[in-house]
Amino acid sequence: MKVLVQSDDFDIAAEINELTQGRTDVGAVVSFTGLVRDFHGDQKINQMTLEHFPGMAEKQLKTICVQAGKRWPLQGGTVIHRYGPLYPGDQIVLVVILSAHREAAFEAAEFIMDWLKTDAPFWKKEQTSTGARWVNAKESDTEKSEKWLK
Amino acid sequence: MEILYFARLRETIGHSCETRDLPADIISVADLIDHLTTQGPQYVAAFENMDVIRVAVDQAYVGLDHSLEGCREVAFFPPMTGG
Repeated sequence: MKVLVQSDDFDIAAEINELTQGRTDVGAVVSFTGLVRDFHGDQKINQMTLEHFPGMAEKQLKTICVQAGKRWPLQGGTVIHRYGPLYPGDQIVLVVILSAHREAAFEAAEFIMDWLKTDAPFWKKEQTSTGARWVNAKESDTEKSEKWLK
Repeated sequence: MEILYFARLRETIGHSCETRDLPADIISVADLIDHLTTQGPQYVAAFENMDVIRVAVDQAYVGLDHSLEGCREVAFFPPMTGG
């Protein structure tokens, strides 16, 4: 699977096309795109900065993809996570998964997103009308990733 | 040894990276944190709440009792919030 950590934006259609071009054995393509929202609770978000641990971020994403490949019969995939300053509406993260059947593709994409949120070293800092603040990790995200261990 | 700080810890401590020669009696990650908290109020503040501290040694997640023997780099950061 292709793993990229980059400041540049990505083109969802181009990424999917790169994976499926010339293939006739793929039955399902699932893609998830995470975007910057302009609100957090009742506060307005003007901008968000993604910080990452260079090297380890790529390594962790690859490890999560390898785990997904062991659990489901996948035919390929791409994970892209951006860093740097982002604005409401901007794309943050892309997960594309290919499989012969939809169930494996849906589940693997969700598994990768759940583990990415709790295990890949990225941190969000939000700029609100009242100042900047680091986003706190959510217990519900940890519960989501841990449900895959059951 | 290289010590890296990310996100809120980087801001509290005031820099992202430092190289330190450590006393010989520092064996584990916990020993290193105890040592760092003698180095100034910004370190005390950064490590005040250990529930929100995560540690990676040579880019692998470890616990506080992990040995530092043979390690090149220790990174401290808060729980991750990517995605």
